[in-house]
Amino acid sequence: MKKTHIVGILVIAVAIVIIMSSVGDASTYVSFGEAIERAEDGDMTKVHVVGRLKKDMQGHIVGMNYDPLVDPNYFTFMLVDTNRVEQKVVYFNPKPQDFERSEQVVITGNMQNNVFVADKILLKCPSKYVEKEIQQNTASL
Amino acid sequence: MINTLIGDIGHASVILAFVAAIVSSYAYFMASRATVELSGDNSWRKLARGAFYVHGAAVMMIIFALFNIIHEHRYEYYYAWSHSSNHLPVHYMISSFWEGQEGSFLLWIFWHVLLGVVLINTGKTSKVWEAPVMGVFSFVQLFLTSMILGVVIGDLKIGSSPFILMRDFMSDAPVFAMDPNFVPADGTGLNPLLQNYWMVIHPPTLFLGFAATLVPFAFAMAGLWKGKFHEWIKPALPWSHFAAVTLGIGIMMGAYWAYETLNFGGYWNWDPVENAVYIPWLVLVGAIHTMIAYNRGRSGLKASFILVITSFILILYATFLTRSGILGNASVHSFTDLGLSGQLFTYLAAFAVLAVALLAYRWKNIPTTEKELTTYSGEFWVFIGAIVLCLAAFQVLFTTSIPVYNSFLGFIGIESNAALPADQIAHYTKFQLWGGVAVAILSGIGQLLWWRKGEKGSFVDAIMLPGMLTLLFASLIIVLSKMGMLHETMDNPVFIVLLVASLFAVFANLSIILSLLHKKISLSGGAVAHIGIALMLLGILFSSGYDNIISQNTSGLVYSREFPDEINRDNVLLWRNSPVDMDKYTVSYHGQFQEVKGVPGYINRELLFPTSDPYKAIARGPIKVEDKVYYETGDTLELYSPENTYYQVQYKEREGDNTFTLYPRAQVNPNMGLLASPDIKHFANKDLYTHVSSIPDPNEEKEWGELQEYDLAAGDTIILNDYIAVFNGVEQIKQVPGVALEAGDVAVQADFKIFGERKEYHAHPVLMIKNQMLGRVPEEVADLGLRLTFMNIDTENNKFKIGINASQKDYIILKAVEKPFVNILWIGTIVMSIGFVMAIVRRKDNGGNKAKPAAPKQKRKVQAA
Repeated sequence: MKKTHIVGILVIAVAIVIIMSSVGDASTYVSFGEAIERAEDGDMTKVHVVGRLKKDMQGHIVGMNYDPLVDPNYFTFMLVDTNRVEQKVVYFNPKPQDFERSEQVVITGNMQNNVFVADKILLKCPSKYVEKEIQQNTASL
Repeated sequence: MINTLIGDIGHASVILAFVAAIVSSYAYFMASRATVELSGDNSWRKLARGAFYVHGAAVMMIIFALFNIIHEHRYEYYYAWSHSSNHLPVHYMISSFWEGQEGSFLLWIFWHVLLGVVLINTGKTSKVWEAPVMGVFSFVQLFLTSMILGVVIGDLKIGSSPFILMRDFMSDAPVFAMDPNFVPADGTGLNPLLQNYWMVIHPPTLFLGFAATLVPFAFAMAGLWKGKFHEWIKPALPWSHFAAVTLGIGIMMGAYWAYETLNFGGYWNWDPVENAVYIPWLVLVGAIHTMIAYNRGRSGLKASFILVITSFILILYATFLTRSGILGNASVHSFTDLGLSGQLFTYLAAFAVLAVALLAYRWKNIPTTEKELTTYSGEFWVFIGAIVLCLAAFQVLFTTSIPVYNSFLGFIGIESNAALPADQIAHYTKFQLWGGVAVAILSGIGQLLWWRKGEKGSFVDAIMLPGMLTLLFASLIIVLSKMGMLHETMDNPVFIVLLVASLFAVFANLSIILSLLHKKISLSGGAVAHIGIALMLLGILFSSGYDNIISQNTSGLVYSREFPDEINRDNVLLWRNSPVDMDKYTVSYHGQFQEVKGVPGYINRELLFPTSDPYKAIARGPIKVEDKVYYETGDTLELYSPENTYYQVQYKEREGDNTFTLYPRAQVNPNMGLLASPDIKHFANKDLYTHVSSIPDPNEEKEWGELQEYDLAAGDTIILNDYIAVFNGVEQIKQVPGVALEAGDVAVQADFKIFGERKEYHAHPVLMIKNQMLGRVPEEVADLGLRLTFMNIDTENNKFKIGINASQKDYIILKAVEKPFVNILWIGTIVMSIGFVMAIVRRKDNGGNKAKPAAPKQKRKVQAA
C-alpha cells in the first residue's frame, strides 16, 4: 500500500470521528415538556428552548425577578415555549441588559429540581438591527 | 428639500458598473480564446481592459455618492438614516458606511477593483495571465454588483440598493402620505458597539483579505481553463500569502475589538460569524503549504487546486452564512435577511459548480508525480500539516453549519431541530486544541526536515537542541506556575502537551532562523511565521486556559435557593463609595463620568449640568485636570456621546501601594437598551479585565423617599441619611445654569456642607422667582443618595424651608477577570504577520525575476516554507 493511501485512510477515519463526535455534541431545540422528560430519564445534556416572554397589558414582563441588592447573581423569569408550556427559568448571572425589550428568547441549559437552569440567554429584539419606525419626535420638522 | 440627484447618480453608477462588468468579463473571455491569443489580436483585451476601468470608475462614483449621502446627513435616504446621525464624527461616518450589508458589499467590490488594476498593470506575467485571470475577476464583480443593484422585476428582487429613499422604503409610513418631501431631522445612528476605532479599520482589512483570496482562485481557474496546470502556482503564491496575512490580521483585529468592546469576556467566542472567516483562513494556509511543497518537490498539484478553490468557495459560504439570516437563532451578530438569501445561494452555487466542474473536467490532465514521498522529506510533513489544517477547518465547518442542515431539511420537508452545541467553547476546544498541538509539532519537525534535506542522521542532530530546550523551559514554566506565576498550578496534562508542543515549535524554528543567518536571512519568513503561530498558541493557552475570575461573590450569602454550590457567582455588587475586598485588591466604585470634548480623561457627571440638547452641558464648577483649568463655572461644554457613561472603579492593592483606576463603560441606547464595554488594565504578565454586568436602569425614575421638610436658620446642623450636614445660609446669585434670568427675576441659593465618608460635599439648591412664578432647582448628591430642594423662605422668622429626599445609593454590578499572558497572543499575531510579509517580499522578487516557470531546478534549494 502506498503511503498516500495510508494517509488517506487516516484522514477519512479522523473525519468520521469528528462527524460522530460533533453529532454527539450537537444540542437540540426542544420544548419544556421534552426537557422535563430528559431530566426524569437522568439525561443531563443541555438543550435549547425557544420561547416568548409573558407580558401583561402594559407590556411588562410577568414573573421576572431580579434584585441585585439581595443577590446580583440570581435572575429568574417565566418563559412560554412554542407549546404554550410555562416554565420558571433560573439564570445565575446578572439580568441581561436589554432583557425587557426582547420578545423572543433562546435559552440553553437543562432542568434541575423542577426549574430550568439556563447558562446562556440569547435575546431576539425585534428592533435590534432593523429600524422600521420613524420616531415621532423627528416628525416635527 | 429632497436631493434625488445624488441618489440617481449613485444608482446610475451601480447600473453602469454592472453593465461594464458584463462587458469586461465577456471581452476577457473572448480575449483568452486560443485562436485570439495566437493571432496576437489585442482588440478584445483592449475592450475588456477599458470596460474594467469604466467599471472601476463607476464603483468609485457609487462610493462617492453613498459617502456624500452619509457625510451630508441626507436622511431622505434610508441608508443614511438607519446608519448615521448628526453627531457622528467623520471617522465613525466611515464605519457607518459599511455597517449595512450594501456598504460592506461595496467595500468588497472596491478592493476587487484595486486588486484587478494592480493585476492588469504588474510585470510580465500579466501578458500571459491577464485575459483569463481578469475574466474570472470581472465575472465575480458582475455577481457582486448585482447584490447592490436594487432592481425588482415582478416578484424577483435582484440586489438591495443603498440609494433607496425613505419614502420608498417605508411607503406605508403616514408621514409620507401627508408630506412626500418629509426629511427626518436626525438619523438613528451607528450601533454604539461599532463606535470603536477598530471598527474603522477591521472591516476594510478583513474585506481586503476576502478580496485577495480571489486572486489565487482566479489564477487556478485560469490555469485549468488554459491548460497551464502548474505555471499558475508561481504568480499565485505571493498573492496567497498576501490574502492569508490580511485575512489573518483582519480576524485578529475583530478578536481584539471583541476583547476590548464586548463583554463576553474574551477575544474569541466561537460565534458562527467568527467561525465563518476562520474556516477559509485555515484552508488558505493549507493551500499555501501544498503550493510551496509543489514548488520544491513537484508533487501536490492536485491538492493545491483543490485547496485554493475550496478557500474561495468557503469565503462565499461565509458570506452566505452571515448575510442570509440563516444563523438567526444561533448568532447574535449576523446580518438580518435582506431578502437576498436566494441570490446569495445562487452566487455560491454558481461558483462552486463551475469551479468543481472545471476541475473534474481537467482532472485527468493535471500532471501528477509517481514519486513516493519519503518520511524524511520536508514535503511529506508539510502535506501532513496541510491535512491537519483542513481537518481543523472541517470540524469547525461541520458544527457551524448545523443551522444550514436544519434549513435544508426544512426545505425538502423534513423537520429537524438540531442546535449548535450547548457548550460551544468546550466543543470546539476539544478538537481545535489538538489541532493546535499537531500544528505546533508539525511546524517544528516540518521546518527542520525541510532545511536539513532529509538525511536521517542530520535530523536527529537538528532536533536534539530544540528538544532539550523545550523540555527545560516547559519544566521551568510548570515549576514557576507552582510558585504562583498563575493562580493555579499547571497540572492539566492536555495543557502541558500544548505547552510543550508550542515551545518545541518556537525553539525548532528559532534554530532554523539561526542557521539561516549564515546563509540568507530573507529565507526565514516561514520560520518567523511559525514562531508567531506558536506564540499565539501559547497566548491562547495561558489567557483562556488559566483565566481567573477575581470578582467572586464574597458577600457570604448562603446559596440555598434552588441550587448546587458549583454555580457561578462571578459578579459582585459595589455600592458607591463602599470598598469591597476582591482577590488581592480593595475595589471601590466612585461615580459616573463622561467624556467632554477638549478635556483629557473623564469628567465627573456631578460637574455637568444637563441642558435640553443632550450633547451639551453646563459646567457646575471649574473643570480641571491636574491643575490645568479647561472650563470655568457656567461654561457650555460639548459631550462626545451622552449615551456613554464611564463608571470609575478604583483598585488598590491591600499589600502594597499600587493603585489604579479603571473606567468600564455602559451605554444607554434607545434602540438597544444597555450595552457594556470593559476597561482593561495591562500588566506585563496579564490583563485585568473589568466590566459592568449591570447597573440600575437609568430609564427608570429614581425612587425617592418621602419628602422631609426642615425649617433651618443659618448655621444649623442636621443629620441627613446618616450624614452630618451644615446649613451655612443663603446668598443671591446672578446666574442659574440652564435658565436665562431677566430683569426683575431673583434667584437665591442655599449653601450646604455635607460630610461624606470620603470627602465633603457642597450642595446648592436654588430658589428663584421668574415672571412672578416660584421656581426650584433641586440639587442631587448622587454619592450620598440625597436630593435637596430649597422650598421657601419664611421672612418673618428668618428661617428657610428645605426639603430633603433620600434614595438608595447608586451601585454597579461588576465582573473582573485576569487573563494571564494574553500579550503573547498579540505579539504572536505581529510576529506571524512579519513572517508572512517576509515570505511575500522574497517570493515576489523570486517570481518577478524569473518569468519562465519552466526552469525551476536551479533555484529549488532556496524555496522556503
